[in-house]
Amino acid sequence: MVTTSEIAVEAQIEELADKPPLMSRIRDFGRRQPLGSVGLIIVLVMIFASVFATVLTPYDPEANAFEFMLTPPNFDYLMGTDQFGRDILTRIIYGARTALFVGFTAAFIGATVGLVLGVASAFFGGKFDLIFQRVMDVFMAFPLIILALAVVSIFGTGVQNVIIAITIPFIPRCARVVRSSALAIREIPYIDAARANGFSNSRIIMRHMVPNVMAPFLIMITAFVGQAILLEASLSYLGLGVQEPIPAWGLMLQGGAEEYVESAPWVAIWPGIAISLAVFGFNLFGDAVRDTLDPKLRSQ
Amino acid sequence: MWQYILKRLFLMIPTLLGAAILIFFLLRLIPGDVCEIKLAGAGLYVDQEQIDICRKDLGLDKPMLVQFWNFFFGFLTFDLGKSMWTGKEITFELGLRFELSLQVAIMATLTAILIAIPLGTISAVKQNTWIDYFVRAFSIAGIAIPSFWLGIMIILGLLISTQALFGTPWMPPIEYVPIWEDPLANLSQLIWPAVATGYRYSAVATRMTRSALLEVLREDYIRTARAKGLMEKLIINRHALKNSMLPVVTVIGIEFAFLMGGLVVTEQVFNLNGLGKLFVESVLNQDFALTQALVMVVVSVFIFTNFVVDILYAWLDPRIRYA
Amino acid sequence: MKFPSLKFAVPLAAGLALSFTMADTAQAQKIKRGGILNFVVGSKIPSYDGHIEGTFGMIHPIRPFYSTLIRVNPDNPQSPTDFICDLCEGGVPKGDDGFTKYVFKIRKNVKFHDGTPLTADDITATYKKIIFPPEGIASARKAFFKMVDSVESTGKYEVTFKLKFPSGSFIPSVAMPFNFVYSKKDLDEKGYTWHKTNINGTGAFRFVQHQPGSFVEGKRYENYHIKGKPYLDGFKAISAPKMALRLQAIRGDRAAIEFRGFPPKARDDLVKALGDKITVQESDWNCALYVTPNQRRKPFDDARVRKALSLALDRWGGSKYLSKIAIVKTVGGVVFPNHPLAATREELLKLTGYGTDVAANRKEAKRLLKEAGAENLKMVFNNRGVDQPYKVVGTWLIDQWKQIGVEAEQQVNPSPVFYAKLRKKSDFDVSIDFNCQSVVNPIADVTKFLGSAGNNYGGYKDEVLEKIYDRLLRAGTEKEQRVIMREFETRAISDQVHMIPTLWWYKINPHRSYVKGWKIAPSHYLNQALDQVWLDK
Repeated sequence: MVTTSEIAVEAQIEELADKPPLMSRIRDFGRRQPLGSVGLIIVLVMIFASVFATVLTPYDPEANAFEFMLTPPNFDYLMGTDQFGRDILTRIIYGARTALFVGFTAAFIGATVGLVLGVASAFFGGKFDLIFQRVMDVFMAFPLIILALAVVSIFGTGVQNVIIAITIPFIPRCARVVRSSALAIREIPYIDAARANGFSNSRIIMRHMVPNVMAPFLIMITAFVGQAILLEASLSYLGLGVQEPIPAWGLMLQGGAEEYVESAPWVAIWPGIAISLAVFGFNLFGDAVRDTLDPKLRSQ
Repeated sequence: MWQYILKRLFLMIPTLLGAAILIFFLLRLIPGDVCEIKLAGAGLYVDQEQIDICRKDLGLDKPMLVQFWNFFFGFLTFDLGKSMWTGKEITFELGLRFELSLQVAIMATLTAILIAIPLGTISAVKQNTWIDYFVRAFSIAGIAIPSFWLGIMIILGLLISTQALFGTPWMPPIEYVPIWEDPLANLSQLIWPAVATGYRYSAVATRMTRSALLEVLREDYIRTARAKGLMEKLIINRHALKNSMLPVVTVIGIEFAFLMGGLVVTEQVFNLNGLGKLFVESVLNQDFALTQALVMVVVSVFIFTNFVVDILYAWLDPRIRYA
Repeated sequence: MKFPSLKFAVPLAAGLALSFTMADTAQAQKIKRGGILNFVVGSKIPSYDGHIEGTFGMIHPIRPFYSTLIRVNPDNPQSPTDFICDLCEGGVPKGDDGFTKYVFKIRKNVKFHDGTPLTADDITATYKKIIFPPEGIASARKAFFKMVDSVESTGKYEVTFKLKFPSGSFIPSVAMPFNFVYSKKDLDEKGYTWHKTNINGTGAFRFVQHQPGSFVEGKRYENYHIKGKPYLDGFKAISAPKMALRLQAIRGDRAAIEFRGFPPKARDDLVKALGDKITVQESDWNCALYVTPNQRRKPFDDARVRKALSLALDRWGGSKYLSKIAIVKTVGGVVFPNHPLAATREELLKLTGYGTDVAANRKEAKRLLKEAGAENLKMVFNNRGVDQPYKVVGTWLIDQWKQIGVEAEQQVNPSPVFYAKLRKKSDFDVSIDFNCQSVVNPIADVTKFLGSAGNNYGGYKDEVLEKIYDRLLRAGTEKEQRVIMREFETRAISDQVHMIPTLWWYKINPHRSYVKGWKIAPSHYLNQALDQVWLDK
């Protein structure tokens, strides 16, 4: 279940082309990437919901209201209520916040650390690269769930620790891809030229190598967000993720949802759909980003 | 070639050692141990004396480095020791689950292949049509739907639909019977998780099939074949598909390795007594010996699969060997 | 909705004893023999050694292989005082020499599964292992037998226990289902740890196989010492850690019963789906859920803060709603609600936080917090990673505290981490805590509230409470015990609020109606010998 192996991304050096105006680029994107556009819309809806959560719903996502427990969907509660009488739609809207926060933070930190390590490893090469590669091997081979279990057991549950648990496995995956792109760049004469001009290592890394591995970096980030949301849900399902009363989709599927799946199916169905849609959206969007940024595929 | 193989073999050692160090110390950082959970877990009275006795029995009172040496040396000599929770040999505990995990992995992989190859091919041939979009959306949905949710829905669907159809609810068996003892019971238990997992894993393979096929379809010899006036179907089946299979096989191979021990959540949902469930249980029980052994087995399988893939590639593409 | 339910209150059971026996004889005529009982178990089996384990995950599959000296009456398991002989003969001894000497006559027709005949020496060796284990040998319930001075065989079929002081908790302790009787021969020849991984008992079933993580299988023991029993040909205890799956297993008839308990909603679903194919048995449960504040930390060392946290809880309202979604129900004090020593409703209403005027309680709580300088209290609430009932009640608690302005962040930990935080590291603000015992034995059970107890995590010393307990131990009559118990209760949970009571658990066992002869007990540890269970198929 918890896999990140699908990120077999072959990055190429981005050729900078002339930039057409924004609107026509968007239209162009919609035409070339109908699936990506669907994904983008889902992502935007999620962002909208999480930003305006307080305005969108009159209910408190955390307060118990036992008199309304397990109410079927009606006009007051469009998706029904859960076993504590909380409005499910409200919890799903607020849950988007949790999901996006965990997803973006984990993806951004994971990919950034991976970027830094990958570029450094490629640039310095030699022993550093060799040792670094072995360490990355260990983390790649290490079962993700054990890492997550260990992190949560050591530091306790809670949003930050869930993010840590999800971020760690992302680092080597991104570092690997970035390293191979960076290695290719290192061999290009203009880096030698920069060296010959006496530029410092940091300048060469920041000005020349990093911009050139931005494509794989962005591809990794978009791929990670969806995975992070799914991982968070899985960890919550195993009881190791975000905890009550914080509204989170995976948590909503744990415990109660399984118990009431029959007599109150709405408790289990909506959060499942929310997770699926979100991950679906981010994956479609991520694919489109990859196709757009990867010139090898674009030329098709 | 031999030199390359030797070099790759040699590079496996630090990875194994690293994984061993990581898991060993990670587990010791988690507060509590198996004795506490055994004795205090039911909420009954506990004497510290009893916990000390239990620790001594399990060798948890020895210095860390001694414990580590015993574990790593044991692993190198294929002596995995005994489970701290049940007191049984770990090789026995693993063997018991291995069969089931292997069978589910094989069945899921077959399902994935059966879904991925036809869909990937259609998708590539009909590139950028609605068929292509539909297939891609279908396969991405496989990654997007949480496996535990899908599992719950499958079981519930079975219970409700069988009750509606036959009057009595039916659910898959909840205990494992080897396939040679009772194939029907065996398959009726394992087919559901296998299909659910296979669908999930078909996504990557579908995408791989599609892009590999697209690449091959642009090659000169395909153009030649087309120019010769060969039928499109024949071109795809005889020429293109065959030549685009290597990356697909690789992806499937790596995922197969991952499936062994990676089905943590699916096994929970379907109550499968496999390696994934054992994993969660052993960590939650703080069964250090068993968790360590499991991690080392999973890491070894992973490293070995990668090794085989690398060798295969090196053999096919001599440039890699000398890089 | 109406459910077929069997609920016995203690006085009721005593009053109806006659009609029950009559019903049993009427039933006896149509008892059907044979069949395999499949049941699901939600916890894992550690070792097979009952003397060192404490989980129902071991009791449910392993108990049927063993006998004990005495046991809770399987026809009347609701009574906390009705014990009958298992391996002994005649009645359970009443005690001689001022209740300091108990002589047990041992049955003569008993054989271990390996053919060795059972004598008094086996009983003696077993209890010596439990009460006076040799150096380095574990025994989880040694502390229950502090009153025992010696155990000796006083004949080939007679065992004598001598006590240091009379104690009402001796007989209930002997009746604990963990006290499996082992053969002296095994202990002598194979050592004291052999039973961790091997089974040789005198129980109604013989061990066939154990597939770790999957199931335990037992088959009928032909030479069982109770003639005509067991009725079953065998049983299979199937491991299923996910509650939803255990439920579905009963629905899909992959299992006939689960012995721990389901939440009410699950019962309703089963009954709705299967109608009279499902029988429901319900009972109060000898487990209670508490919140323990860590008195080593400020401001929880202040009784006013602890009182406020208790006053915030709407116990009666919580009971009404939580009993629909969690395995808790009864509002009670420190004693199992159905026991003669338990507080009545009137007595309960006088305790801190038990009053029915919730608004007034919460106002008082806020006042106390203000007085203690702990307004806007923020705390971390340590909970255990188990849904039923811990996490469900946890969500309720957080909401209750929020209403007096206390903000609690929930930390849910897997069981080992949870215990490490409670026991070794004392690293928590407030924590969920529970008292869950097998045989109902209030005088032993309430030691949980003593700061000096091994299973108390509050980090306090309360000499007054300890002195009250000393008097309770020495109290001769039940009337006297009852008075002192009220004093103890008031001190522990009302004046000092060392622990904040939530609700007592409530055991609900919906099972396939064809399972007969099993009666629900007030504990999931009790009445699991399975020798009188039969299948009406």
